Amino acid sequence: MGSTPTPPHDDHVRLSLPVVEEGFSFNRHVMAYVHQAAERGLYDIRGLGAKRKLPTFDDLSFLTASASRYPLEGYREKCASKTVLGTRFAKKPIELETPITVAGMSFGALSANAKEAIGRAASAVGTSTTTGDGGMTPEERQSSKTLVYQCLPSRYGFDPDDLRKANAIEVVIGQGAKPGGGGMLLGQKISARVAVMRTLPEGIDQRSACRHPDWTGPDDLTIKIEELREITDWQVPIYVKVGATRVKDDVKLAVKAGADVVVVDGMQGGTAATQQVFIEHTGIPTLAAVRLAAEALEELDMVGQVQLIISGGVRTGADAAKALALGADAVAVGQGVLMALGCNRPAYLRDGHAVDVAADYAALGTAAGYCHHCHTSKCPVGVTTQDPILETRLTPDVGARWLKNYLQVMTMELTTLARACGKSNVHHLEREDLVALTVEAAAMAKVPLAGTDWIPGTRGF
Amino acid sequence: MGRVTPASGSVAAPSAPAVTLDFPALGVRKINAYLHAEATRADHPRVAIANPGGAHNLAVGLNAPIDVEIMGHAGYYAAGMNKLASVTVHGNVERGVAENMMSGTVRVKGNASEAAGASMRGGLLVIEGNASGRCAISLKGGDVVVGGDVGHLSAFMAQAGRLVVCGSAGPGLGDSLYEAVLYVRGELHGLGADAREEPLTADDVASLTALLAKAGFGHSPREFKKVASGRTLYHWNSDAHQEY
Repeated sequence: MGSTPTPPHDDHVRLSLPVVEEGFSFNRHVMAYVHQAAERGLYDIRGLGAKRKLPTFDDLSFLTASASRYPLEGYREKCASKTVLGTRFAKKPIELETPITVAGMSFGALSANAKEAIGRAASAVGTSTTTGDGGMTPEERQSSKTLVYQCLPSRYGFDPDDLRKANAIEVVIGQGAKPGGGGMLLGQKISARVAVMRTLPEGIDQRSACRHPDWTGPDDLTIKIEELREITDWQVPIYVKVGATRVKDDVKLAVKAGADVVVVDGMQGGTAATQQVFIEHTGIPTLAAVRLAAEALEELDMVGQVQLIISGGVRTGADAAKALALGADAVAVGQGVLMALGCNRPAYLRDGHAVDVAADYAALGTAAGYCHHCHTSKCPVGVTTQDPILETRLTPDVGARWLKNYLQVMTMELTTLARACGKSNVHHLEREDLVALTVEAAAMAKVPLAGTDWIPGTRGF
Repeated sequence: MGRVTPASGSVAAPSAPAVTLDFPALGVRKINAYLHAEATRADHPRVAIANPGGAHNLAVGLNAPIDVEIMGHAGYYAAGMNKLASVTVHGNVERGVAENMMSGTVRVKGNASEAAGASMRGGLLVIEGNASGRCAISLKGGDVVVGGDVGHLSAFMAQAGRLVVCGSAGPGLGDSLYEAVLYVRGELHGLGADAREEPLTADDVASLTALLAKAGFGHSPREFKKVASGRTLYHWNSDAHQEY
């Protein structure tokens, strides 16, 4: 085990390969975890989402049109992507040009420049952006045509005037990266402005509440939603966001409590900072969550009345198309947005030139392509930082251009796939358009394994 | 401290001319819509809500200096997110009275259920009777003054502002307290993690005197004990064990 076998004869000739055998249960990652726990006495905290291998939308493929169905011309025939959210009770539902929206990410977690870039890019492509924990900044309100205002357990900076300025309200019960856990913002990100917005002392390690202070359970939530509607005179849609755990029950309870829109965030969803144990060991994959959420709406006969937004590791137009085909009305993108803004790039742009930041990644103990150190505020590319020098590495102009392009590419990929499936509207994508490439994906997404008519758990076994 | 007998559901004529809105006839949506719009356009707006019957979400989201009298019991979130208005409840209230209040005054003549003044950011909440558990939870500013007792875990994670309890405080008071300051006249039935008693300073006495007078209580500030954050949990600390 772990050593070179001794040759049978001391003839000084090595006839076999050296064997260095890594343990499966105790591999280098696990050993590093044990060593770090032993040294620090505190659990590891990091940003982004689950890094372990999970079933994803990549495990599905589209059965695009051929002889049995005809496709639409990719560049000539229109494919609508308009998306309307909040038709159940709100006087002013949200109308978007694309079902690809931007997930909630706070000022505090993100720099002010990053937030402004997001608002501008989202507005340019006709989609919505979302505030995150820590309140609404004037910059993001101004830069975002359609802004969703989150009502979170912490209620940091929560303000009825901002509520009245919002285009929709999202009551956050949980988040895919940490369902059942509260947010965190470590001291290095509690700058003077963030501290004032959150009514906290500057520089403390902030640990948000995991439950709302003034309601517990779905019956209370019904009344809370009514309160928010009364305050805003029933004008704007109210979303309820849950981390994907007991999805079917939670979606049904959210609908029963009066949500216009339910947001389900799968376990690949990101965060600015939380315990690693949460990120990797809680919730269910987004792929499984979509189908359960859609089934909940189907069983309640609420399809078309309550809209479903899926988030948690949605990265590409293909992911969005598959989520829509499985029953989502829209998707929300978080980590992909950060990467479009430059997260994990090896350099940032200054005056049109790339400035290498390998040394800054190295100082964090990481490298471009591997970084998840959002919690440190030392983001080498200026996206997830409150440092006044680092944040200049992302300018709103550059960020807005990159992100607009990314959201545009995703929408183009989505409509391309929809046309190839013969759909003139992205919302016409359906489960019948999909097959699974793995048995697990077939079981989770409830589409047949490619080349078979087998859906594990529903037909046969 | 005695229990306060709540007013009956009947309408008492307000002292000045007021518009009276009858809850059973109008319902919560029409009443709130009136308070958000028409009521703010009167010269001296004064509105009474008759026969509220414990309804939820009465007088929420007010955004103008109007006077509102709720002539009986109110349900959840009475006067929630109040800004500028003065609201009096002539009865008891359910959960979350004056939650997230920004400014103005909310007075409850009776008792309050859980999470009274939750996450308030400004203004004054007076509860003449008792308040249940988690009173002033996540307080972010403003003042909560309770004539009687408060229940368990009051001022949990309170960040700023003041909670004044003229009676006794239940277990776990001020758990994970940030910069809010608590004053309790009666017994402390146990403090939460990182909350500690501190001596009253001259500034405390002066500000508490003014606050008690404003809230309508005649107690001497020197009868109160002060509780504030020990600030030992402000930074990650491997010796804090499960105190997080």
